[in-house]
Amino acid sequence: MRYEAVVIGVSAGGLAALSGILQELPANYPLPVIVIQHRSKDQRTLLEEVMQARCRMRVKQADEKEKIEGGVVYFAPADYHLLIEKDRSFSLSCEEPVNFSRPSVDLLFETASEVYENKLIGVILTGSNSDGAAGIQAIKARGGLTIAQDPGNALFPAMPQAAINTGSVYSVLTVEEIKNFLLEIAKKLS
Amino acid sequence: MRDHEELKELLESIRFVYGYDFTEYAEASIKRRVHHFMNINNISSIKDLGRVLLKDETAFERFVQEVTVNVTEMFRDPPFYKSLRENVIPRLATYPFIKIWVAGSSTGEEVYSLAILLKESGLLERSVIYATDINQRSLQMAKEGVYHLKNMKRYTSNYIKAGGQQSFSDYYMAKYESALLDRSLRQNIVFSVHNLAVDKSFNEFQMILCRNVLIYFNQQLQSNVIDLFHESLCPLGFLALGNKESLLFANSRGQFGDVDRREKIFIKTG
Repeated sequence: MRYEAVVIGVSAGGLAALSGILQELPANYPLPVIVIQHRSKDQRTLLEEVMQARCRMRVKQADEKEKIEGGVVYFAPADYHLLIEKDRSFSLSCEEPVNFSRPSVDLLFETASEVYENKLIGVILTGSNSDGAAGIQAIKARGGLTIAQDPGNALFPAMPQAAINTGSVYSVLTVEEIKNFLLEIAKKLS
Repeated sequence: MRDHEELKELLESIRFVYGYDFTEYAEASIKRRVHHFMNINNISSIKDLGRVLLKDETAFERFVQEVTVNVTEMFRDPPFYKSLRENVIPRLATYPFIKIWVAGSSTGEEVYSLAILLKESGLLERSVIYATDINQRSLQMAKEGVYHLKNMKRYTSNYIKAGGQQSFSDYYMAKYESALLDRSLRQNIVFSVHNLAVDKSFNEFQMILCRNVLIYFNQQLQSNVIDLFHESLCPLGFLALGNKESLLFANSRGQFGDVDRREKIFIKTG
């Protein structure tokens, strides 16, 4: 199998959905998992600490110019956009919020799709805005795999529904199914 | 990939024609902002953009305004200003005359925040703040010191969290939709154009603030700029960076010590 990275966009109601997906991924999961979770800008590292306590993979906040590695869950820092550079490192930006969001899912997904092209998996989970819809289209346009959480299974259905409405989502899955799919991918990679 | 080459070529020609060097900016962000400029101006290819920019200087000025990031606020990251107040100001107070460089001052919000901090510590009168930016229009706005009134609520809350000692509304006058900052804050601020990618050091400072500017540069340019700061600081001078910035890629990183590791405040030790 060809996949090289997973990007996840999630907003309101995210903690449970993220935990459901990430907590069973093994410590040596072969792909990097890069997450935009919208959060308060005053909240610096609480999310990473909470998720680390629940996950076997290493969890950290993405650092400026850091090289992206498999087996790590990266979170965008609060109040910064997270972008991916051609050499597969992160860069941060304070530019204007996109869709009222900073970090913006669209920005991560668009830059990730340019770097990983068809080797990228993009996932949109629960949330009450429409951030990520344009990003999902960008991933699809470059041949990547797009997944949205089943709105009926999401605490806040608006965000996955907006992604689905673009017509660019390949599968609509529950949290459980997304987790199984990501585990399956890893088996095929090894 | 062709996109990458074309963009590189465009940035090279801009450097050649105007002396503005964007070639060492982090690519993902500059690329996106260049495309944004093309969209709002109905320009369909990088080649066409090049034709417009290299011929028309006013178009180029608008381009600089669009591709440089000018998003800022007063007392942005209140814990940073609190730390400045507690850990740096008392040491600055030991100098008879204090020179501070705010590099990448954008539209001035952080410059005035610093001025307020100095004023409350009784140091403003013996300080000079040099506020520099690559973007002329931002500098002009910084000089005017007029901001949207609707932002003042957030700035007040930031100011309080930063350990402000007065009533924040004492520092501005509300008029229609605008807030005019107290003119006395501006007396000791010098605004001027400086381009970190190409210009040299111009003075010696007790402190340099450069927050959320380096993130837009690649590692090489980050290192060069930090060397420039090192050269521009007096012994035991302070360097303050943005929350997610570090000295990691700088040749001179060994010549700085930590003052506040979390708030990214450093001191020149070598």
